[in-house]
Parts: sequence; C-alpha cells; structure tokens
Amino acid sequence: MAEASVVPESVANEPRRSARSLYSALEVDARLLGLIGALIIIWIGFNIMSGGLFLTPRNLWNLSVQSASVGIMATGMVLIIVSRNIDLSVGSVLTFTGMTMAMLQTQWLPSGLLGQPYTWIIVLAIGLALGAAIGTLQGFIIAYLGVPSFIVTLGGLLIWAGLAFEEASGQTISPLDANFQLLGGGPTGSLGETLSWAVGILACIGIVYSLIASRRRRRKYGFPVRPQWAEATLMVVSIAAVLGAIWIANSYYWPAALAEQFGKGPNTPVGIANPVLIAIGVAIVMTILATRRRFGRYVFAIGGNPEAAELGGIATRRTIMLTFVIMSTLAAVSAAILSARLNAGVTGLGAQAELYVIAAAVIGGTSFAGGIGTIPGAILGAVVMQSLQSGMVLLRVDSPIQDIVVGIVLVAAVGTDAALRRRAR
Amino acid sequence: MSEVLKDAADATRPPAPSAKGVPLVEMRNIKIAFGGVHAVDNVSVDLYPGEVIGLVGGNGAGKSTLIRALSGARPADSGEILINGEPVSIGNPRDAKQYGIETIYQQLALADNVDATANMFLGRELTTRFGSLDDSAMEAATRKVMGRLNPRFKNFKVPVKSLSGGQRQSVAIARAVHFNAKILIMDEPTAALGPAETAQVRDLVSQLKAEGIGIFLISHDIHDVFDLSDRISVMHQGKLVGTVDKDKVTKDEVLAMIIIGRPPSEVSKTEIAELIG
Repeated sequence: MAEASVVPESVANEPRRSARSLYSALEVDARLLGLIGALIIIWIGFNIMSGGLFLTPRNLWNLSVQSASVGIMATGMVLIIVSRNIDLSVGSVLTFTGMTMAMLQTQWLPSGLLGQPYTWIIVLAIGLALGAAIGTLQGFIIAYLGVPSFIVTLGGLLIWAGLAFEEASGQTISPLDANFQLLGGGPTGSLGETLSWAVGILACIGIVYSLIASRRRRRKYGFPVRPQWAEATLMVVSIAAVLGAIWIANSYYWPAALAEQFGKGPNTPVGIANPVLIAIGVAIVMTILATRRRFGRYVFAIGGNPEAAELGGIATRRTIMLTFVIMSTLAAVSAAILSARLNAGVTGLGAQAELYVIAAAVIGGTSFAGGIGTIPGAILGAVVMQSLQSGMVLLRVDSPIQDIVVGIVLVAAVGTDAALRRRAR
Repeated sequence: MSEVLKDAADATRPPAPSAKGVPLVEMRNIKIAFGGVHAVDNVSVDLYPGEVIGLVGGNGAGKSTLIRALSGARPADSGEILINGEPVSIGNPRDAKQYGIETIYQQLALADNVDATANMFLGRELTTRFGSLDDSAMEAATRKVMGRLNPRFKNFKVPVKSLSGGQRQSVAIARAVHFNAKILIMDEPTAALGPAETAQVRDLVSQLKAEGIGIFLISHDIHDVFDLSDRISVMHQGKLVGTVDKDKVTKDEVLAMIIIGRPPSEVSKTEIAELIG
C-alpha cells in the first residue's frame, strides 16, 4: 500500500512497472515502510474518532515533543538489544541524573556559578558525565565481569532510583535555571519560524548530498545503482516529508496569553521544539554510529554471532561496555529534557521509562534474538507508542485501558514481525 | 623388526631443520588444561613454508585445542610458539592475525546477520579518511577475491545466513586468503561440503601451498589427509603420538596410531592386523 502511494506523476510516463519492481528499485526497508503505514493508519483513525482533533498542528507539535525523550533513549536501546543484552535501568538512570542536575542548579553549585548564562552548560555537562559514568560502571560489570545484563541493570533500576530519592530526600526540586528550562521545549524553547526553515533547508541539502555521494561511490566501483527515476522519487519524497514537518511546526502558533507576555504578535509560529531538534541530532549521530562506523558494525556482528566476532579479532567486551555507556548517557539527555520541561527534579521522573523505551525499540523492528534493528525504526516505534497514548488521551480513554491497548499493540506488533520474518525465510 | 616398520620408525623423526631452513611455525611443549583434564599435554609440532601438516586424531584427541592456541582463540597455559624462529606471544585472535595466521574454523565463524563483505573484513574494516566504513571499497575487494575463488558467487548484499554451505565456506576462505595469510589453519574445511565443493577446497590447498603458505589441516577424513598433507601429526588423548612423513607410512599405520596411540615402531604387526580385521 505504502509503495503505491509514493509514485509521483513523472513515473506515469515511463514504461509501466508493477508495484513490486518499483519497490525493489527504491531499495527501501520494507519494515520501515510497514511502520510508516501503520503510523498513517493510527493517525487517520484517531483523527476520525476524535472529530478532527488529532491531525492539528498543535497536537502534532505536542506529539513530537512527547516522543523526543523516549525516541532518544530508544536509539541507544537498539544497540543494547542488537548485541543480545538488555538495559532495565534507563528509567532510574533518567531519574537519578535528572534529580542530580536539578540539585546542581538549585543548591549544589557554588553560588557564583548559579543563575549565570552558562549555568545550564555546566549542569548539562555534569549530568551527561554522570550518565556516562553510570554506563561505564554497569557496562564494565556486564562485559568484563560477565554478570548478565538483565541482573546488573535490574539492580541498577533499584539503586539509581533509590539514590535519586536519597539525594533530594524525596522532595521535588524546583524551579530550575531559566536557560536550562529552554531544553524542555515549549514556545520559548523552540526555534521559531526562520530558524526552523533554515534547519529544514539544511536537512534537504544533506539528503540530496548523501544520495548523490552514495550514487557516485557505487558508480566509481561499477556497482549497480538505482535507476535515476527511483533516485529522484526517493529525493522528492524525503524533501517533501522534511519540509512538510517544518511547515506543520510553523503552523502551530504561540498561545495568545503567552505571546502577549513575551511581546509577540498574534499568530507567531512556534517552530521546531528544542527537544525535537536534540532528538533529530541524536538520531543522525546514532545512525552514523550504527551503520557507518566500525563500532556499529561490531555491535551487529556480536549480535549475529558472538563467537565469530571474538574469533574475528573484535574487542567484544569493550564494544559491549560502550553500548551501555551510550545508553546511560542518552538517558541523561532525556533526563535534561524531561526535567527542563517539568521545570523540576522529581523522584518519579523516569518511572517505567525502560518499558516504553524497550517497547519502542522492539516495535521499531529490533529483534531480541540479536543482530537485527535500526535507529530510524526505533524512533518511529517511539512515535507510534506516543501516538497511541496521546490519541487515547484525546478520546478520553481511562489510563488503565490505555495500558491495556499499548500492551496488546506491543505483543501484536512483535508477533506480526516474527510471522513475516518466518515467511520471508 | 620388519623392513616396513623400520622405515616407519625413521619417519617418526621430523626432517632435520637444516634441510628446509627455519620453520614457519614451531609450537614447543604446549600444555592446555581444562579443569584437571590435560586437553593438550606437552605437544610439539612444526610447520615449514609451502608445507601441509595433517593433524589427525580421534574425538577429544586435542587437535582443535592445540590449534586454537595458535589462532589465539584459547591461549596455551604453557609452552612456546615461534614464528620464523622468533618467540611470539599470542594472547588473542588479533595477535595471531598480526603474525599472518588465518584460521578457517569448523563452524566457519561467520556473523550470520551481515553480508559477505562485512564478514570478510570483520575486525579489519577499510575506512575513509574520516574514519567511516568504506563499504564500496570493501565490496569491490570482496568481489575481486570471490571472482577468483568462486566465480558463481553473486549474493554480495544478503546476510550470509541465507547462503548455502559451500557459499559460506567461500566467504570463510576468502577472508583467510585476502589478508595474505602466511600460515593457514583449516579445521575440518570440507566437513559441511558436497563433492564438487570439496574438490574446490583441495585445489585451493594445492594452490596456496604452491604460493609458499604453510597449512595446518585438521580432518577426520584420513583420505583427505593423505591426499593433501606432506607430514602427518597424530594426537591421542592430548599427547602427540608422532609426526610421520606421508610417503613413508601406510594409511593403516596412521590409523593404528590414531586408535592405539603409539608410534608404528611400538605397534606389533598382529595389533595392526587385528585392527584392520
């Protein structure tokens, strides 16, 4: 279905092709297309059921902000699961690093460093370093001491949540630094119209450049390349998607009261929220890491056959440890976003986040058998989960029922995926 | 002592080093234990350039364990390894590869979920000057090597899981060949292969031998070993029974060494007769 819908007008003039040959010429990931199809169905379904409330710039903008924190962590969880491990501690690491950053900017830093324009940078740097240190510790125990990741991170789940409670004596720590709050999004923590378009245009240039560069490389070695029309289709669809997203973000305006307070005129576009920008940055970096660097190649090889990876001369233990360092650092990134958004350090900030993060990665096609998973898939998985939740909130579905639906969707998604994989074999 | 057995007794002494120069590999007094079990007990073998050593023995004789010490998969507990006469320390597979030791494992040791190119360069990827993987250059090199080894191989973009046993074998061999192995270890290279593919592996062994590569060939198949090897080292319950020149022994005598665990000089004619039945 999704394959047919992307045929542009120009293709109609070419010799007739079946949907199958078009699809194979595009060389796009079938699983990713399926996920996009599912997302479109979910969005349209909720829009109809809510009487047109779902597909509004306001709701989609909120959806993008809400998906950001789980999406960021899901990219790290992909690498963990691909290498046949699990990290159950991400929610507690999030809570602990979030609370620590809150304490730093309210009480712990020397007063000379508080309330400065650079305070947020110091706080964020310490928060990320703390995340990396936690990941190093857990990763070391898992990779070098051989304790199963399930056990180590189950312990971590209890330990880091307990430490978060202890360091703040169970209190909510608020308010946070004014600049730090901008990490959380909201109209003030967004790019605004011009910058959003600038980001969009940069992204388009990046897409065009990478498609052309990859084609050149393959040409140079005389490998088969996509037909030109397929390349053009891919380019046009990607650019349209990017510019469409920017247009939607810019169609969401500052709420009237807030706009007045900040001296903005009516109908001032909000643009892309900072958390979304961070999530996009993380997704790009993680995709490069996973597919274009040795580290990512090793993570996948370890997941495919740990013994072969070891015999191939890969430093498997260091690679595994690094996946946990990345995971906990990303949890700290999400902690900054979520606490900034709440304007507080809270003891329950990351409660159950591990479940949503794992679910997002798995819905996005990451296999527990190891060796299979993609970063864009995990991000889409996070958006699917968040869409379900925010759609049900719009429909005023009770929270226990929401949990039931999300649970069913998780199992159904993985079940379908497994069935399709068996058939493909 | 009969004439035949006397010859065989001479054959248990390896040729004098001076005849062939410095050995490519010398493993001296290697000991490897698992718990209290001596999997390899004081074994010494050597290998010269352009030579094929057949390493034979029953199940649990310790031949794979001995060879894993050379490939770095499980370092020896004690003993010495010399490459070109220089003592070396091989603590992991990376060390072994640095000395030009390549291994084709019985279970092939491929990462099933990635393609032939990724497997061939596993652990030794080519990168661009920015440090990212140079997939095109690696694919080009893989196509070139495969064109030589298995011209019918076309599936460069699919996970090796979906390849046939012979194709997977080609990938494993291509990996060893491409990186200019000086010392090649083949652990049951034909175990999973059909007749045509087995013939292909035999051709390859002869070709590599002619290029001056030293090969350790581990096999259950005594015919394979007799066809391909120059010398045969027999192991029995972790100990080296002896190393014999292929031309100076019969298959029956080697079989007797494998089963009884004593060199031909110490095996009576009646024992061999009983064995053969």
